[in-house]
Amino acid sequence: MCFYRGSMNDGFPPTLEVQGRPSFFRGKHAGMTQDGVRRPTLTTMRKIREFLIEKIILLDGFACILFVLLIFFFLAKDGLALFKTFSLAGFFFGTLWNPLAEPPQFGIVPLLLGSLWVTLGATIISVPLGLACAIFIGEIAPRWLREILKAGVELLAAIPSIVIGFIGMTMLAPVVKIIFHLPTGLTALSGSIALAFMAIPTIVSIMEDAITAVPRNYKEGSLALGATHWQTIYRVIIPAASSGIVASIMLGIGRVIGETMAVMMITGNASVIPKSIFEPVRTMTATIAAEMGETVRGSEHYFSLFAVGLVLFAITFAINFVADMALHRKRK
Amino acid sequence: MNKIEIQNLNLFYGTFQALIDVNIAIEEKMITALIGPSGCGKSTLLRCLNRMNDLIDGVRITGKILVDGSNIYDAKTDLIELRKKVGMVFQRPNPFPLSIFDNIAYGPRTHGLKNRNELEEIVENALSRVHLWDALKDKLDRFALNLSLEQQQRLCIARLIAVTPDVVLMDEPCSALDPVATGKIEELMYELKRHYTILIVTHNMQQAARVSDRTGFMLLGKLMEYGETGQVFTSPKEKKTEEYITGRYG
Repeated sequence: MCFYRGSMNDGFPPTLEVQGRPSFFRGKHAGMTQDGVRRPTLTTMRKIREFLIEKIILLDGFACILFVLLIFFFLAKDGLALFKTFSLAGFFFGTLWNPLAEPPQFGIVPLLLGSLWVTLGATIISVPLGLACAIFIGEIAPRWLREILKAGVELLAAIPSIVIGFIGMTMLAPVVKIIFHLPTGLTALSGSIALAFMAIPTIVSIMEDAITAVPRNYKEGSLALGATHWQTIYRVIIPAASSGIVASIMLGIGRVIGETMAVMMITGNASVIPKSIFEPVRTMTATIAAEMGETVRGSEHYFSLFAVGLVLFAITFAINFVADMALHRKRK
Repeated sequence: MNKIEIQNLNLFYGTFQALIDVNIAIEEKMITALIGPSGCGKSTLLRCLNRMNDLIDGVRITGKILVDGSNIYDAKTDLIELRKKVGMVFQRPNPFPLSIFDNIAYGPRTHGLKNRNELEEIVENALSRVHLWDALKDKLDRFALNLSLEQQQRLCIARLIAVTPDVVLMDEPCSALDPVATGKIEELMYELKRHYTILIVTHNMQQAARVSDRTGFMLLGKLMEYGETGQVFTSPKEKKTEEYITGRYG
């Protein structure tokens, strides 16, 4: 390719740089200066420093894994303790969550469905919006607009979830109530809409990276065959970026399902099995946040919340795992 | 007969003039090679012919390029029709990350062909034309990026043939290939010449001498010399051409 005359210097031999390097980089002169005097201390110091730095980095790496394992371990320890007194089937298939009843009911189904409704709704809203936004930023927008939009999306990510919850509660819920003629606006739908706005920045920024990372020559190849820009986008660029697109969606879902404060404020907090998205629900996260303060440490109720946490952990782990698989997928 | 006529073509990247008053007439069903040092504008010139330069911000073009007698820089030119007629093979093989079949079928599908039987026929013809059919006929659903680079480049040529162009532009088509693969692609060009008008940009002077009928030598945005390949290489009229060909700079 010869776009610019500046490229005339391509292929300039890079060997010159080697001569500028300090002498200890040249294997057989290691530990010697150019006048031949031995300086063993310098090399030894360097070696010790290298060794220490490497080990510290190694330790850091293991520490991260260790922390995750420890978190999982304590979660599992307290979560599984529930099943000493409460049946496994009663937990996973029980349709009533009422820790204060006599005997207490710890059926996770309403909470699971609550999370599912809210997450599903948020996904349905955020994915098309996110995809369109990412395509626009990555492919269509002129450069100046692209920078503004990217900054805007990042700003959206910076809004604290409590603020989104606050706005959802005071502005969104009343609107939902009026539009759908509901007795209350604090429903799964309101939660979905608010959470969609929290998922969009994650989705857009990762998706946009995936779209911009598609090699330019795919695009040129397609255009050179007489395809339109839009045909090129949906028939070459999106398939080429598909693994990043899937990963972005999974990470967006991961963000939504783990969100607590906003859903607690907006979804109405009723732990009943929802029949539609227009009813109040309560998610797993909101349950833990709302009830943890009232439990006695070591009680059945306390353990039940850990069990809910364990289920949540399993779900987010699975989502992240799928995202990771998608991101590193190798084509056969 | 002249397939393409370039008249007083000037191209600017912002304030930088990359092509200076280029005039050239490309003959039909011949191979025309453009040679010259890096940055001389030969790829830029090639990319003018299917208007790929339109993709770059800040490009301004004056002058005319006539393909079959009509100016492609005319406001009413249909870019899609132009690019169907004037196809391009790129420096690095760029098959799409799709199956082999979908790669070849890409052009025809893009232009509205849906009939599976017709598509299969097109794929077979195009792959046969580049001598890939026998090797790949049982692997059409394989992922195209797993082919060797030479096969990928052949596939790109087949993908182009599938849209039945008149003119094939090749931008250093062999620079990513080893000498054996290069030889095979050159043979292919020679065969394709019967059906297509081919323009090739190359760094490799031997390649230009081997495959082309006409050669243009470019330097700093100007077309210095243009003529029959044998003449340009054995008795160049310009001093600069001679110096470049004999390896005095480049």
